[in-house]
Amino acid sequence: MRARAATAVLLVVAASAPLWVWNPYHLHTLIMAGIFAVLALSLNLLLGYTGQLSLGHAAFFGIGAYASALLSVKLEWSPWLGMLAAVVLPGLAGWGIGRLALKLRGAYFVLLTISFAGVVSLVSVNWMDLTNGPLGIPGVPALAVALPGLPELSFRGKGAFYYLVLAAVIAAYVLCRRLVASRVGRALVALRENEALAESVGIDGTHYLVLAAMLSAMMAGAAGGLYAHYTRFVSPEVFLFTYTVTMVIMVVAGGKGTLAGPVLGAVLFTVLPEALRALASWQWQMLLYGVLLIAALFFMPRGIVPALAARFPRAPVSS
Amino acid sequence: MSDPGLPTPSGLPTPSGLPTPSGLPTPSGLEVRDLAMRFGGVAALAGVSFTVSPGGVTSLIGPNGAGKTTAFNVITGFQAPTAGQVAYAGRTITRWRPCHIAGLGLVRTFQKTSVFPGLTVLDNVLTGLHLRGGVGVGAALIRRRQVAAEEGRLREAARAVLDFVGLAARRDEIASDLSYGEQRLVELAVGLAAKPRMLLLDEPASGMTPAEKATTAALVRRICDSGVTVLLVEHDMRMVMGISDRVLVLNHGRLIADGAPAEVRRDPEVIRAYLGTAHAAA
Repeated sequence: MRARAATAVLLVVAASAPLWVWNPYHLHTLIMAGIFAVLALSLNLLLGYTGQLSLGHAAFFGIGAYASALLSVKLEWSPWLGMLAAVVLPGLAGWGIGRLALKLRGAYFVLLTISFAGVVSLVSVNWMDLTNGPLGIPGVPALAVALPGLPELSFRGKGAFYYLVLAAVIAAYVLCRRLVASRVGRALVALRENEALAESVGIDGTHYLVLAAMLSAMMAGAAGGLYAHYTRFVSPEVFLFTYTVTMVIMVVAGGKGTLAGPVLGAVLFTVLPEALRALASWQWQMLLYGVLLIAALFFMPRGIVPALAARFPRAPVSS
Repeated sequence: MSDPGLPTPSGLPTPSGLPTPSGLPTPSGLEVRDLAMRFGGVAALAGVSFTVSPGGVTSLIGPNGAGKTTAFNVITGFQAPTAGQVAYAGRTITRWRPCHIAGLGLVRTFQKTSVFPGLTVLDNVLTGLHLRGGVGVGAALIRRRQVAAEEGRLREAARAVLDFVGLAARRDEIASDLSYGEQRLVELAVGLAAKPRMLLLDEPASGMTPAEKATTAALVRRICDSGVTVLLVEHDMRMVMGISDRVLVLNHGRLIADGAPAEVRRDPEVIRAYLGTAHAAA
């Protein structure tokens, strides 16, 4: 009951944000927080549930962004078809990474994902004919919905785009929640907890790791597609390692292996740098950011959401 | 190390005396043929053959380093043998993956405590029930009613398993918070949840107190009575002699004895393997 009320309040606050956030820059920050929330949820599927750390997650994000941008700019596909490709292509890449990682776990998986991201990033810089290299691809069309008999609804403006991102965050959250609450989610967690035991009771480790990598990549790709049609410009910067690190910070500080953690982490660690920018001069911004991050991890090593959950335990659920 | 010459303690359930013919190919049981496993120059298994027919408790014993755990690892697909074959339920399963072998109903536990440490006891068992569910990604995402029905069914089954092993009161505890003995019970529960037709238990009572051992021995016997064939690796001779219908003895990677507990206990070669030649002569 209490959880339901809290969810309702949260949704109302989130849905009304464009009404009380007048400053377009603040709204932009919220939109980026939403895109990062989808990314953090996607990384959490791998890191939080299967326990495998992908340090190449920006690659899936970037492939999604490039896929949608290129298809809608060069081939003039509908941006929505571009978005579809932004889900499918990273999904294929995730599938490939999962298959390659057949026997690779832990540090080897990390290295594999880093290398993959490195290669993809180099391709984006050097394949001038396709990607326009470091100059990037400008003029990515905005998303719009044209229903017969109704005026066209464009997601060109920040207010409208905010709702699109909010819908994406909710969809990603619900997707993760349903997955986790099922037999599939338990299989993923089993891989994290004890892979040998999981195998011995019939859980196909490879199958579920490939599945998690694929779903995770698809979600990250969708975030990339959204980003491309929001900023309307894609350059090799989307592959920056910083993006991956930011996602990891959001998941770990928020609470990996929880559903609310990555979302909370995404909002906090998108808003925090902006808040610090307003509070302190640039020399102090990153220092303060680092100190706050270390403090958070020191006092809440398992993340903010698990720490809160331990502080305010739920009433025992009778079943 | 326990003395193999101990009498059967009266407190334990006595073997039901199921006939366990050895040597006959059993299409429904386990057949191990000329199994060999080398690690460099060391032969952990040097050509071992035996069959285990459905029903009963068969124990695999032997001094440390005899190759018992290696045999388990090879049978259940965790290690690929250097040579030889494993067949179960009429199929050759050599080099199959563990998860597929489990799918045939051949399930193992591990020598070192092996649970899903961060999960509750109930979630441990629910995870073990994986093969009894059928929801895939698609269904998990869009067929909420199917998921709810399955979850209800699995929870019911999990409760039954927890009642069976006597952990019902602990079901909401995190597995790693339990005592050592209870964690081993969780491990048994996870194995049972996978609905084995044959359960391979690797030292289920190691490190337990005598009271816990007695409980575990009785539990193993009950598992067997519920229709699950048990293949047991155990060092505690009192337990082995008390609950086994048949005992296989490995030494230096070879099978040196195979028979009823009473026969094996008198076998001079077994006594020699455990105690050295001086005792065998006496």
